Amino acid sequence: MAATTYIDAGRRALAEEMERDPTVWALGEDLGRGGVFGQYRGLQDRFGADRVADTPISEACIMGAAVGAAMTGTRPVVEMRFSDFALCAVDELVNQAAKARFMFGGQMRVPLVVREPIGMWRSSAAQHSQSLEAWYVHVPGLVVVAPATPADNLGLLKSAIRCDDPVVYMEHKNLWPLEDDAPEGEHLVPLGKADVARRGDALTIVTWSAMRHTCLKAAETLAAEGVEAEVIDLRTLWPWDREAVFSSVRRTGRLLVAHEAVSVAGFGAEIAASVAEALHHDLKAPLRRLGAPRIPVAYAPTLEDKVRVTEAMVAEAALAMMARERA
Amino acid sequence: MTVSPANFDRQRFTALLHLMWRIRAFEEEAIAGQKQGLVLGAIHPSIGQEAVAAGVCANLRREDLLLSTHRGHGHTLAKGADALAMMRELFGRDGGTCGGKGGSMHIADFSVGMLGANGVVGANIPIAAGAAHGQKLRGDGEITVCIFGDGAVNRGPFMEGLNWAKVFDLPVLFVCEDNAWSATTRTAAMTAGDGPAARAQSLGIPADAVDGNDLVATDAAARGAIDAVRNGGGPRFLHCRTYRITGHTSVDAAAYRDGGEVERAKETCPIARLEAALSMAGVDAATLASARDRAKEEMRAIREEAQDTDWPDTAGAYTDVQDIGDPRGRAF
Repeated sequence: MAATTYIDAGRRALAEEMERDPTVWALGEDLGRGGVFGQYRGLQDRFGADRVADTPISEACIMGAAVGAAMTGTRPVVEMRFSDFALCAVDELVNQAAKARFMFGGQMRVPLVVREPIGMWRSSAAQHSQSLEAWYVHVPGLVVVAPATPADNLGLLKSAIRCDDPVVYMEHKNLWPLEDDAPEGEHLVPLGKADVARRGDALTIVTWSAMRHTCLKAAETLAAEGVEAEVIDLRTLWPWDREAVFSSVRRTGRLLVAHEAVSVAGFGAEIAASVAEALHHDLKAPLRRLGAPRIPVAYAPTLEDKVRVTEAMVAEAALAMMARERA
Repeated sequence: MTVSPANFDRQRFTALLHLMWRIRAFEEEAIAGQKQGLVLGAIHPSIGQEAVAAGVCANLRREDLLLSTHRGHGHTLAKGADALAMMRELFGRDGGTCGGKGGSMHIADFSVGMLGANGVVGANIPIAAGAAHGQKLRGDGEITVCIFGDGAVNRGPFMEGLNWAKVFDLPVLFVCEDNAWSATTRTAAMTAGDGPAARAQSLGIPADAVDGNDLVATDAAARGAIDAVRNGGGPRFLHCRTYRITGHTSVDAAAYRDGGEVERAKETCPIARLEAALSMAGVDAATLASARDRAKEEMRAIREEAQDTDWPDTAGAYTDVQDIGDPRGRAF
């Protein structure tokens, strides 16, 4: 194991896969200078401008070209800078990439990865802060991934590049400098498998992306109060690991879902509904969801904080659930 | 049409006449099939536009790639797709080009390099740029042709895709098949500037315009452009002017046009014009009639066979969605 940052883990994952497979290439704006956050620094020098391609500011064409190149034998890794900007390429992703294999009767596949950084980051306001993962989970044909740790960014990006399905890969902008141990050798994390980030028997907290860390801090606070929370980081949102969540909730009898995205029709709603349908009789307390209110993300920190799910909110919700035994 | 007997390839143009008749007959059978309730979804006929499909695709190799539009039966046949599989696809039957999962607007046959019709206007342009980008990365000497309609030139992906092709110097020919109508709106009324070719030229892409109802001229223009692309000259653009004889869909009576416009257009029917040119070049009437009759007989038989085919296995509704998160066997 070696200490690495979340951003370096992503860069290493791409470099290792480009080394391993000559059909892997990356395309997006500013990649030759490292990309908007530096995720690609040094890769154009190493692999050349054909394989780490600078593109015009043409999101629709970046994504559409990746679809065409993926259908005909290459494995493009698409950089969209911000998930907000990827909305300029929704036709190419939703109508083309996600549908082509099915509507053409399985004649080909679309093995592309689109990196769409999500989340609140340094007062970036309404068009650079969104977490739109639920939109893509809704679309048949797509795999949706949201890593939270350096090791997972390494192992999941490598798995995403090897996957034959189109993968929406959502790194969190606030996690770029996060440092933690990651394996030094070949490290693959399977798509669709959750990570039990903390064991506990009192309640199950399901989360993903940067909210994993908020929930883990809240779990420490809860432990000081004598409440041992289990924290499950889904890592992959579609397909999500129902077995991991269900087996935990069967044991704890309590489910709290926490995510940064807007709560209304957020992916937490799907998890809550699935648990309510399947495990109704196992629940000791009504399940809870925590997410952002349905307002755009503002610029001023005091306003931005109004959409933030905090450690205190997670702990408070958990304690309230512990106090409520269902009749 | 200028016919010079010295360089008029009677064999080539007789074969292309037969191809144009096959396209015409296929669509007439499809329209008849729709009236019988055999075609369940929308079809967008290209009747009157056959010379574009035939003239462009006659200059392609099997390994070259083609992207088409919602009005794509002709392009698909001309690229070499199996007509029976196509008719089965229109009927939603087993053995259709896409297993009955796509229908008319999503016909694709990757085995002949036909990467798909597309239900979204202009969406094939960036995809074509990407297919050509892949060809350039591989250096395999093949090219991509992207056919789109006049309506597509007003979509953003048109500009993005042409710019992309030029910036990356890609082996792609863009063909604007201009039938004068954007669904039910006259394209000229909604399009600023000097037209599709001028837009391409503004990006530094060499562009020609041709009478797309003149098969001989379209064939020659396409050959020149395709040769230039194949020889590493970067992207080219060909504006083919034609006319949509039918409505937007087969069930659109197109009452928004004055009847005289359609009648005048019928006088420039590309099939009739090619027959006249062949006749002038000495091809006898029996040969011309045979090209027509063989095509009609082939497509009539195909319709009968397609309608006798079973529906696809319903398990297919769940297949080829995705590998990771495969919906088969899931209750959600």
